Amino acid sequence: MGGARKSLAEQSRRHFLAKAGAAAAVGLAAGVRFMDFPKARAATGAVTDNQRWGMLIDANKCADGCTACVQACNDEHGIQSHGNASTDAQWIRKVRLRDKAGGRESTLPLMCQHCEEPPCVDVCPTGASFRRADGIVLVDKHSCIGCRYCMLACPYKARSFVHENLSDQKPWSPRGKGTVESCNLCVHRLDENRGRIPACAERCEREGHRAIVFGDLNDPASPVAKAMREQQSEELRADFGLNTGIRYQNI
Amino acid sequence: MIKAPAIIGLLSGLVVNVAIGMTPWATALAGDNSTLLPVIPPALEGEQCVEPTEVMRRDHMRFLLHQRDETVHSGIRGAKHSLVGCIACHAQSDAAGAAIPVNAEGQFCESCHGFAGVSMDCFECHASVPARQQALGTLPRWMSSPAVAVAHTSARGAD
Amino acid sequence: MATAHNSVGSIRFSVIEGRGAAFRALLVGLVLVVAAGLWAAHRMQAEGHMVTGMNNQIVWGIPHVFAVFLIVAASGALNGASLSSVMGRTLYAPYARLSALLAIALLLGGLAIITLDLGRPERLMVALTHFNFTSVFAWNVLLYSGFVLLAGWYLWTLMERRMNPLTKSVGTTLFAWRLALTTGTGLIFGVLVARQAYDAAIMAPLFIAMSLSFGSAAYTLLLFAVFDWSGRPLDEDLVQSLRRLLIVFVIAVLFFVSVFHAGKLYAAEYQGFEHFLLLDGGALTWLFWAGQIVAGSLLPLWLMLWRPTARSRPWLAAACVLVLLGALAQLYVIIIGGQSYPLEIFPGKQVIESSFFDGAVLHYQPRLPEFLLAFGGVAMALLIVALSMKVLQFLPRPGSAD
Repeated sequence: MGGARKSLAEQSRRHFLAKAGAAAAVGLAAGVRFMDFPKARAATGAVTDNQRWGMLIDANKCADGCTACVQACNDEHGIQSHGNASTDAQWIRKVRLRDKAGGRESTLPLMCQHCEEPPCVDVCPTGASFRRADGIVLVDKHSCIGCRYCMLACPYKARSFVHENLSDQKPWSPRGKGTVESCNLCVHRLDENRGRIPACAERCEREGHRAIVFGDLNDPASPVAKAMREQQSEELRADFGLNTGIRYQNI
Repeated sequence: MIKAPAIIGLLSGLVVNVAIGMTPWATALAGDNSTLLPVIPPALEGEQCVEPTEVMRRDHMRFLLHQRDETVHSGIRGAKHSLVGCIACHAQSDAAGAAIPVNAEGQFCESCHGFAGVSMDCFECHASVPARQQALGTLPRWMSSPAVAVAHTSARGAD
Repeated sequence: MATAHNSVGSIRFSVIEGRGAAFRALLVGLVLVVAAGLWAAHRMQAEGHMVTGMNNQIVWGIPHVFAVFLIVAASGALNGASLSSVMGRTLYAPYARLSALLAIALLLGGLAIITLDLGRPERLMVALTHFNFTSVFAWNVLLYSGFVLLAGWYLWTLMERRMNPLTKSVGTTLFAWRLALTTGTGLIFGVLVARQAYDAAIMAPLFIAMSLSFGSAAYTLLLFAVFDWSGRPLDEDLVQSLRRLLIVFVIAVLFFVSVFHAGKLYAAEYQGFEHFLLLDGGALTWLFWAGQIVAGSLLPLWLMLWRPTARSRPWLAAACVLVLLGALAQLYVIIIGGQSYPLEIFPGKQVIESSFFDGAVLHYQPRLPEFLLAFGGVAMALLIVALSMKVLQFLPRPGSAD
């Protein structure tokens, strides 16, 4: 067995490790005590699921070569290019398509689809990516650790990661390095309850194209609900079963 | 057995440590208090803060942590403890009327946070100057207090 | 001056002498690489990820390839311990401690890379206290932390004589835990329905097979290095056992890779991606065939099975190195290949123009900070192993093994 005789070096080594372990445990416990974590949410005045915000986008009305919606979004949220297209944030983008069978071309804006079953929400380890009660899918940047897993999970590549230090942020649209972001349907405008609509829809209307119709999908009288009742519309990648809030026509 | 050299060593170490640690208070001991505590510039707007000073000093972080959840998850903006509200009152202006970021050296947030050595990363994302009334049309109602009616341009250049 | 030792049964363990200039040089070298990795992490944190080659299209890059490699290998490195404590193979008993040490070290290296690559590494505490349990990633955070603690406990049961009776039960729990951990790691990719390269539950057993293969190769190399460089003899029965196991594990990986791709080739839906990877992907196609299949699987198998090289230790070491290089190629193909192929957002349509690179195959150009961070993690793992062997008794004393 050979255990009866322990050498002095062995004993002192065990002693040291035991003391070090205890010291580390005490230090850790003390440190944990000084941390404070965000409290639970309150309920008064909060958004509810009475409303579900959505959009209907008509690709026929979307003008080829026009990027007014993209400009509007960039202006509203203070999104600027930093000289590298592959790392620049894009909350909304214009896409030109050609039908493989028929050759017909179309153009449309593409942004976060605000799914009812968002894959990005499922995969976020901290729960920073979440779906608000009124249907908007958002990133809570206070909790976002910047792991970019949600960017891998999104079927529409809707999310962007902030790759550089930012300054001059808009007070109503905080954005910062190291977090992930995407279209939030201009949630700051919606929260005012003054009838303002997302910047892209507003600018498209002002330009006269009216390709983007925004509204409350749960309100039968809203323009978007009416349009979807009367006209054919589709979800992108409906086979995923995500029940998106953004619908398209005439792709 | 604890030997005399060990005791002398411990005591002298203790004395040296205390002496070094007391140096911030050296000027105070000499009767000059000006560098002892942070100098917080007074707010430009309003007569008093939304909470008493002692409450704010102790709990402002808790108010902010709670408010941010309310805003992000529940959509409540412009509430009593909104960060935008703090900045609207507490941001200073320079001689030309341009706003100085609240986390710049000597300004409202930094004066205490620098003194206490507590880092904050709020302004990596949040604007550190009050909202501008500019070309984007009207400000959201929750930002349109008299405090933000002062015209500002950002004085921040590069980081 | 007496070397400290303790013992288990009739095996006596000791620390590595570690007094030679070579050992010191090794430590210094590893510390320098770790420092370079830390510098790279600092740059990424200070200036943002724009200093790397990762962008909004390729969001996970070289750091993740190496981190997943280290984590998968960590799980497999426990083989020695599992064979000894769970399956009762006394041949491995003297080497179980090293197995657990390697596992912990590799996992910590992988975790270090992942954490330092985060956009907000200072928010690690948020990640450790806020869990979204629908996220495989969140489960993995728990599985990885638990693994380190459990493996540490297992080591304690091995090293503390009074804890020895617990070795089997802790070892068995650890064995189950590592299977869960590897399943979780594979499912990180397997649950991503949006990407044609993933979206497959078979990635879980594939990763288990990969862990057995990579971990075995790493463990074998470690044993060779430690015993050879410290002048200790290594049991020939053990070496042959390791060789036979590695053959089985490499074949297992080949099996799962084949089934994975055959399954995808069968469905029209995935043929675009498979065509890209297997034929059309340029560097990726080379990495798959030459790197993963030939160099990483077929060549090592040949070296381990062909009579002239099968019984040779240097050739076995070469086979292990090839397996590990093939591992990196495989993970590069999985992680970067999976992101390079465009998302199918508009089935039946071709994207002819987009400012966000839709519809186009994406090219990844890694830059220095990513490599430094990745190598730093590997060096950290090796440093942990080297220093631990100097401080605690991991090595069986010469001639004391059964």
